[in-house]
Amino acid sequence: MGLREIENLSGSGVLTTRLDAVLRWGRRNSLWPLPYGTACCAIEFMAVVASPFDLSRFGAEVVRFSPRQSDLLIVSGTIVHKQAVILRRIYAQMAEPKWVIAMGACASAGAFYDNYCTLQGIDHVIPVDIYIPGCPPRPEAVLHAVTELQKRIDAGVPPGSQRTEGSV
Amino acid sequence: MSPPSLDRFRSRLAGTIREEPNPFGDAVFRAEPSDLRDVLRSLRDEHGFDLLLDVTAVDHLELPDSKPRFDVVYILRPSVGSERVRVQCRPPDEDLSLETVSDLWKAANWAEREVYDQYGVRFRNHPNLKRILNHKDFVGHPLRKDYDIKKQQWLSEPDDLMDEMRKLRGGAEGEESESVLLNIGPSHPAMHGALRALVDLEGETVRHTVPEIGYLHRGFEKSAEKGTYTHVIPFTDRLNYCSSVMNNVGYCRTIEKMLGIEPTPRAQTIRVVLLELGRIMDHLVSVAANLVDVGALTNYWYLFNERERIYDVIEALCGARLTHCYVRIGGLAHDLHAGFEEGVEGILRELPKALADVERLVARNRIFLDRVVGVGAITAEEAISHGFTGPCLRACGVPNDLRKDEPYYGYDGYDWNVIVGTRGDTYDRIWVRMEEMRESMRIVAQAMKKMPGGPVDVDDKRVSLPPKTEVYGNIEALMNHFMIIMEGIKPPAGECYGSIEAANGELGFFVVSDGTGKPYKVKVRPPCFYVFSAFPRLTEGGMIQDLIATLGSLNIIAGELDR
Repeated sequence: MGLREIENLSGSGVLTTRLDAVLRWGRRNSLWPLPYGTACCAIEFMAVVASPFDLSRFGAEVVRFSPRQSDLLIVSGTIVHKQAVILRRIYAQMAEPKWVIAMGACASAGAFYDNYCTLQGIDHVIPVDIYIPGCPPRPEAVLHAVTELQKRIDAGVPPGSQRTEGSV
Repeated sequence: MSPPSLDRFRSRLAGTIREEPNPFGDAVFRAEPSDLRDVLRSLRDEHGFDLLLDVTAVDHLELPDSKPRFDVVYILRPSVGSERVRVQCRPPDEDLSLETVSDLWKAANWAEREVYDQYGVRFRNHPNLKRILNHKDFVGHPLRKDYDIKKQQWLSEPDDLMDEMRKLRGGAEGEESESVLLNIGPSHPAMHGALRALVDLEGETVRHTVPEIGYLHRGFEKSAEKGTYTHVIPFTDRLNYCSSVMNNVGYCRTIEKMLGIEPTPRAQTIRVVLLELGRIMDHLVSVAANLVDVGALTNYWYLFNERERIYDVIEALCGARLTHCYVRIGGLAHDLHAGFEEGVEGILRELPKALADVERLVARNRIFLDRVVGVGAITAEEAISHGFTGPCLRACGVPNDLRKDEPYYGYDGYDWNVIVGTRGDTYDRIWVRMEEMRESMRIVAQAMKKMPGGPVDVDDKRVSLPPKTEVYGNIEALMNHFMIIMEGIKPPAGECYGSIEAANGELGFFVVSDGTGKPYKVKVRPPCFYVFSAFPRLTEGGMIQDLIATLGSLNIIAGELDR
């Protein structure tokens, strides 16, 4: 990416690049997550933002609970049918472009809650960009997911392109 | 009032009520539907059983005595004391209803709603008999034996809760008053992701609160009926996920009670160490989140660092940071690792510093004190009526603690105190937890010092896997291993209630066995379900910002609340 050359500016003070590259650079480095924490994974998400792991090292520490101010939805926890309606509404309220991380086995696939009340993966109701395995995933796995997402944003992969057609 | 006594109750009601034999030692009385209220009232008013622990039902469809089909179970205990009594009553199959006891105990309000939701037993004259865990469009009753576990039902629109709010507002309907409705949650930073409350505000004063739960009802009790008794252990990890190991112990202890097994001295002491570390971990999250909710963010970093320190020790022990799954029926997954002792020493050395740091920041902080002192207060009588146990009840001045009332695992051999508050407000609830962490540290230090040697698993072929060298070496051990894995552990048929003092209060398991390797029913008595049922009482009349501070101090963990 052209902006890397910024370090080697030779005194001219001028840098040429493409507009979309600048936008991607900005988006990649300032993800504002909405922690949609419902269950056990939310406790591990708390560990991700606490000092030992510190999500802010990757520019994504400004957690926002208003969907209108955030562009990364981190669904951490089991989503049951009663909650799924709310999740869909929250996702719809976020401004484009927006990304979704399904943190943990429940959000990804329902996990061992294969029963009458649990949604078998949030991709039945909203598109997902990154799935994190684990029950719950370790904080390092969440950091890995965020950096992977940054790579995709850099590469210009459109959000939600991993959409699975759900049963709704 | 004279101390709680079942003997007096037995002699008084001889002839009118039948006592059922119970192999597991609990007193069980069978009441006729017409006598039920009188029996329960008599137990409460004349015999000291003032705490309604839980109400649930058993669907006898697949048991030999399937007529009448449902058996409703009321579990009672005195607010201080260990004796427990169960009153069971079978509603007639034709109308499937019983008289409510929600006017006798406020705790019965939600408990009966849950029985209605899950089993379809109705309660006459209940003030608000609607679904509580499942959504409003749900058809059928999932814990009935003939409801297919995989039959999912979608919800199209969330409940607007206006039916309940209209009842509370009365006739005014907001026309003349200045009141405003505000929906908080479930996606709200202070509502912990899975709680919701609709509040009616006049200015900033809360007039009415309608809480809604069930946003994390993930079917623990139905799922538990599908595997063996051992398969349930990882599910219990995810009840109160802030202190997984306590749920493990609570469940395994109940099954051990059914089997008549007492863990080895070493296993008991290791369990005590882990229970107290679990309590510390739980209180750390609770206090940290509560302080964040009132704006004291720095404490979160201090306290979470200590939690990480405990994570490191527990992870080295069992491989998991959060969901430990370390306890087994009859013992533990394996013995302690080398280095556990040093790890615990590190925790005991560093934690007091963090607690002192937090105290320095908030104990004399005017802003903090103004936010919490006198906020969300409740009297002991009301708290007992609502079914409070644990730190929230102790904050009201009631020394209710199973570790003292019914000492298990040698808790009576340690030198420690039950911490109680005086006012039952948010400040007391936070401070009871802060001091309890210090008491837990004392217990951990003493337990580590006296740690006995010996095996961690009981020598009992019914529950303990034989060593691998035996399994590969002789046919008897191989068969034994095969039977425990494939058919599972088989407690004798019957119904049993067992409980421990978990971080949030009395965590009970009501288990029904039909003699096979799979549980017929596992019902959790979740402490925070009953604490949260008092949320309207705690918040109405206060300010909207007090609602947030109060909620944090209750430590409602959704996994345990909704199961």
